[in-house]
Order: sequence, then structure tokens, then C-alpha cells
Amino acid sequence: MKRGRTGNRRSSPFVQPELMAWMRALGPYRWASVCLRAWGMTGRAAVTSVPYLWLLLFFLVPFLIVLKISVSDIRLGMPPYEPLITWVSAQVVEFRLNLANYAFLWEDALYRHAYLNSLLTAGVSTLLCLLIGYPMAYGIARAKPSWRNLLLLLVMLPFWTSFLLRVYAWIGILKNNGLINNLLLAIGVIDEPIVMLQTDFAVYLGIVYSYLPFMVLPLYTAIEKLDLSLLEAAADLGCRPVRAFLAITVPLTMTGIVAGCMLVFIPAVGEFVIPALLGGPDSLMIGRVLWEEFFNNRDWPVASSVAIAMLLLLVIPIMILQRVQGQQMWAHR
Amino acid sequence: MANARAEQRSEPWKDPGATPYVRIERLTKKFGDFVAVDDVSLSIYRGEIFCLLGGSGCGKTTLLRVMAGFEPPTSGSIWIDGVDVTAMPPYERPVNMMFQSYALFPHMTVEQNVAFGLRQDKVPKREIAERVAEILGLVRMRQFAGRKPHQLSGGQRQRVALARSLVKRPKLLLLDEPLAALDKKLREHTQFELINIQETLGVTFVVVTHDQEEAMTLASRIGVMNHGEIIQVGTPTEIYEYPGSRFVADFIGSVNMFEGRLIEDEPDYVRVESADLGGVFHVGHGVSAAPNAIVWVALRPEKIHISRERPENGGDNRVAGIVAEIAYLGDQSIYLVRLAGGRMVRVTQPNIVRQDSGGRITWEEPVWLSWDSSSPVVVTQ
Repeated sequence: MKRGRTGNRRSSPFVQPELMAWMRALGPYRWASVCLRAWGMTGRAAVTSVPYLWLLLFFLVPFLIVLKISVSDIRLGMPPYEPLITWVSAQVVEFRLNLANYAFLWEDALYRHAYLNSLLTAGVSTLLCLLIGYPMAYGIARAKPSWRNLLLLLVMLPFWTSFLLRVYAWIGILKNNGLINNLLLAIGVIDEPIVMLQTDFAVYLGIVYSYLPFMVLPLYTAIEKLDLSLLEAAADLGCRPVRAFLAITVPLTMTGIVAGCMLVFIPAVGEFVIPALLGGPDSLMIGRVLWEEFFNNRDWPVASSVAIAMLLLLVIPIMILQRVQGQQMWAHR
Repeated sequence: MANARAEQRSEPWKDPGATPYVRIERLTKKFGDFVAVDDVSLSIYRGEIFCLLGGSGCGKTTLLRVMAGFEPPTSGSIWIDGVDVTAMPPYERPVNMMFQSYALFPHMTVEQNVAFGLRQDKVPKREIAERVAEILGLVRMRQFAGRKPHQLSGGQRQRVALARSLVKRPKLLLLDEPLAALDKKLREHTQFELINIQETLGVTFVVVTHDQEEAMTLASRIGVMNHGEIIQVGTPTEIYEYPGSRFVADFIGSVNMFEGRLIEDEPDYVRVESADLGGVFHVGHGVSAAPNAIVWVALRPEKIHISRERPENGGDNRVAGIVAEIAYLGDQSIYLVRLAGGRMVRVTQPNIVRQDSGGRITWEEPVWLSWDSSSPVVVTQ
């Protein structure tokens, strides 16, 4: 309140003295709320509207631009696409909606193949992350409290280095005269280097390595919250540990499992850097196709339609996520 | 009611030929350097409600958890119905436990919670449905079978937890502070309900509680624990009327404790001179202690008679004092009487006649306290 009063003392010649006195009587917070109410907003709405505004500006508007480009025609020039609306004459407005790009995506096997391959790669990577991440998260959640923070820090530590650098580092490790092959050759396990770089194996390795923390953290949160007496109760009722895990632990940590899977799956579908750097020429993923359309073919409309199609493809799993989380929140309030 | 029932019953612990149903032999459980359960040996008989009573941190819950199989004992063994279960994992023991937090599975309905244990045993579906319905009827929760735990009240959850632990017909049911989460009225009601269910099913109960009133109501026998050891085992009456030590006398109910010196030691009575009291106790039971030994005399407040007239009983077992405080509780009054030496004595008297009439004892009034020679108990430790 003190700060408010000094603020009000700055009298402005443009504000009438009565109004000034009125504002001073109200105090700045009340005054702000009065203003907001005059615009039909409460303070709460004002606060929550900030992220919405952010999303509107930096997600919805760009999305609409991309959507617009995706239904236009390619042309040579700047920008490299036809405008959506053209003034033919003073009275006629031409509105051209070109759906050929989407038809092209559907007809050309390359895109379908790339989409399916992306889904497959992301799906397998997500599964691998889950299989590796669950025991990790379980171990951390059940570690001594004094150890937990250290272990969590170790999980998050890779984020302190650039993502790109870490993927590059894998090239040095995996290439034919890289770390692993040299080591294996030196100790005589193999006679000639194993080809690992530019294979699907390298892509999976890169994705699992990069996205594992996104799996571990939500899983840790869910497992850490699990009441251990529930597992004791299950054992007490004659349930063996493996069954108790399936019947109690897994359903009660489902929020973490779903959240972790989505956090891995969604970015992995559109992943570009990892397949580009670690994958071979035939590891066709949609992110890479998108990049090539944009920068090699300079076909912005097709590239945009690829992006829109990818988004639609991802909306479905996101909706599943929200549904499951909604149910879980209702169940465990 | 419960005490009367316990007395009517046969008392197998008094029969040297009876085989105990649960036998705990020299059980010790250590957590690092901390001894949670210290060399406990215990026999519990079929159909008993055995209460482990003690303050927090006395090791009673640890003992229960060792019996359930959640904690491996450091040494010692546990036998249930003639079988050594010491090394048996919890999911193989013929024992079920009702958890203090109830530990109901939040993602399952009441029915699924109760059926969980039977499903683990691969009981046929029809039989599961029958037994679940039967036990839910017993705890009067059948109409809530489709609810999830978060949709139930505390008392209802407690009944579901009880049903879940009983449905497998365990040989032994362990209850960890079963009524702690309930309010006082509901707790009293549930105590009798528990006894009825126990009698209907004939399951042996081991109950852990810190609430001495609960232990007195429920138990056929009580084991008082302190610092990981069992201090005394006995029926509620024995524990209350014949506490074996100062700790037990102090822990169960309220008591006036006087330090004194044994001046006369006969087989059927002793006399204890107490500077604390400023008089002599004549106690109507023998004591195994050396003459002139320092002993303690425990005297329950309700066993002291308060009057204005000097009681004609020789000279022992009476003392004069001045009323310092009176607390009127409705059914009884508590008097704090200051003796000549400054010692305060707590006396409770039932208010048999209405207390609004004149002539009752009031503040700062000189009074005489007296008691029967069968009332005080001498403890030597």
C-alpha cells in the first residue's frame, strides 16, 4: 500500500483534480480492479488471460499463417506462394483455396511412408523410454531421501549442455572409427568396425537418449506419491510382488506413464535433428521431409500442409492424454 | 460389557496345558542401533482379542508389522497355529492386517477392494461374489459396493478396510490403531461392533492401540509395552487392579503414587510407611521384597473415600488434608487434596446424589481421606 500511495502522488496535469482525489482514495489495486471491471474483466481473468494472449500471438496466429500457406499455390518469387485473396478488379475479390497440396500428400507414397515411419519410430522410442525410464524413476523414488535430489539432478544434468552438441557427440561415439568401434577393435572383440552411425539403431539411440529425462521426471513424480502401505496391503492380501506391481503400482502411476509417454512421443514424431544427424538416407521421418520441402524444394505450400497434417496427427494423442489425466484427477482428488 | 464377556469366557492363558495359537519367541527387531522390539515372548490363544498397548514409539506397531511379515525380525521366531512363519513372506502368511490408514486401493470400488484378496487366491468368481456380499452385509456396507474409497466417510472406509481384511477368513487378524481415525462417539460404537464381528467369525485379533480405554473395552488380554519390551500381560482387570510396575500403574488410568519404606512384611499383608503420605499404608497382599526396602504404593483416585469426619479404622490407611481444587464433571467430581507435607492427592467420587444441594465438601475445607486395605497396590519396580 505504501508503494501505491507514492505512485498516486505523482499528479498529472491531464487528470482532473477530483478524479485524482478519487483515485488516491481508492488506492492503486482497487483502482486497477475498477478499471478492469469497467472493461468487463475481473482480476482473475486478467491474470489468466496472459498465457492465453501468449498462445494466441505465438501459436494460433502462426498456425493460421501456416494454414493459409498450405492452401495456396507455389510460385517463384518472394514470398514463394500465391496470395489467398486477390483483387481482380475494383468489385471482384478472388479467393483461391488450393487443396491440391493435401491431395498430393495423400497420393504420394513418400509422405505416407514418412508419416508412418515417424509414428513407428516415435512409438518404439517411447516404449523404450518407458521400459528404461520406469525402473529408473522407481529406483529414484525409492532411494533414500538424501539421495533422491542428487539422482534427479543427474537425470536433468544433460539439459545443461546444448541438445545439438549432445547429438553431435553421439556421432563421435558411433562412427566407424569412433569411440566404441576403436575400443572393440583394440580389445579384439571385433575384426572390422560395426556400422552403427546412419542406421535406425542410431536414431533410436539418439531419441531415447535425448528424451529419457522427459519420461523419468513425470514417472518419478507419480511413483513418489504412491502410498507404500497400498503395496503392503496388497502383499498382505496374498498378492505377489509382480502382480502387485501390475494391479496397484501401474494403475496408480498411470498419470505419470501417460504424461511421460506424451512428452516423449509428441516431440519425437516431429524430430528432425536426430534423424538428420544420426540416421541414414533411408530413415525417412516427417520432420526431415518438412525441412527438405522448405529449404531444398522451396515448396512452402507443400511444406506447410505437411506441418498441418503432422499437427492433426498429434492432436489425437494429446486429446487422449487430457482425457486420461482428467479421469485420474477425478479419481484421486 | 466386554470385560464381563472376557470373564465369562474360558481363560486359556491360565491353563498350562493349552497350546497357544500364536507364539512369539524371543523376538527382537533392530533398526540400525535402535531396538524397536526387545526380546519379546508372547502367547496368544485362539479367539482372543489381544491388545498391544503403549505410547508412541514403544514398538507396538513394529511388533505387529513383524507379525504381518512386512519387517523381518532381527532374531526370534513367530509360530502361528503350529507353523513357523518367521521366514514366510506376507503374501503367504495366513494373516491379514487392517492398516491404520486403511490403505484402501483408490482406483478400485469397495467391492473390488474387498474381492482383491480372494482374487489372488483364484477363488471361483461365484464364490467371490457371495463372500464379498456376505462380508459387506456384516459390516453394513452392501449398498456402497459400487463406490470408490474417496466417496466414503471415515467410518465407512474403516468398515471397508475391516471387511477386506476379514473376507479371506484369516487365522489371525492384525489391527493397527483401527479406530484412531474415528471421532469419539463413532469410536465407542465401533468398538462394540468390532467385538460382535470378532465373536461372530471367531477370528483371533491382535490390536495395536495407544488408547487405554479402547484396550480396556476390546481386549481379552492386554500386553503393555514400553521401550520395545512387554512390561505386563494380563486381563484388563488385572492390569488395572494389579499393575506390576509403576509404569503400568501410571500408564493405565490415573493413580496416586507414593514412595515408602516396607516396615512390616507378613505373608498376607504389609505395612508401608510413607513420608510422602505422612502416614502408614496397610496393604492387604504380600510382597516379595526385603524388609525396609523402598517400594511404591499405587492408589487409584476412585478408591479413596473423602469425608469430613475422621474415619475410625485404627490409624493406618487414612490421612488428613485440605481440599485445594474441585472439578465437577457431571457423573463424578475430582478433588485435589493437599496433605500436610504439601503432597497433592487426586480423589474421584461418583456424584450419586445431586450436587446442587448444600452441605457438600467445598474448597479449602479440611477433610479426611481413607481407603480399604485391599485398595492400594505395592509395586517394587
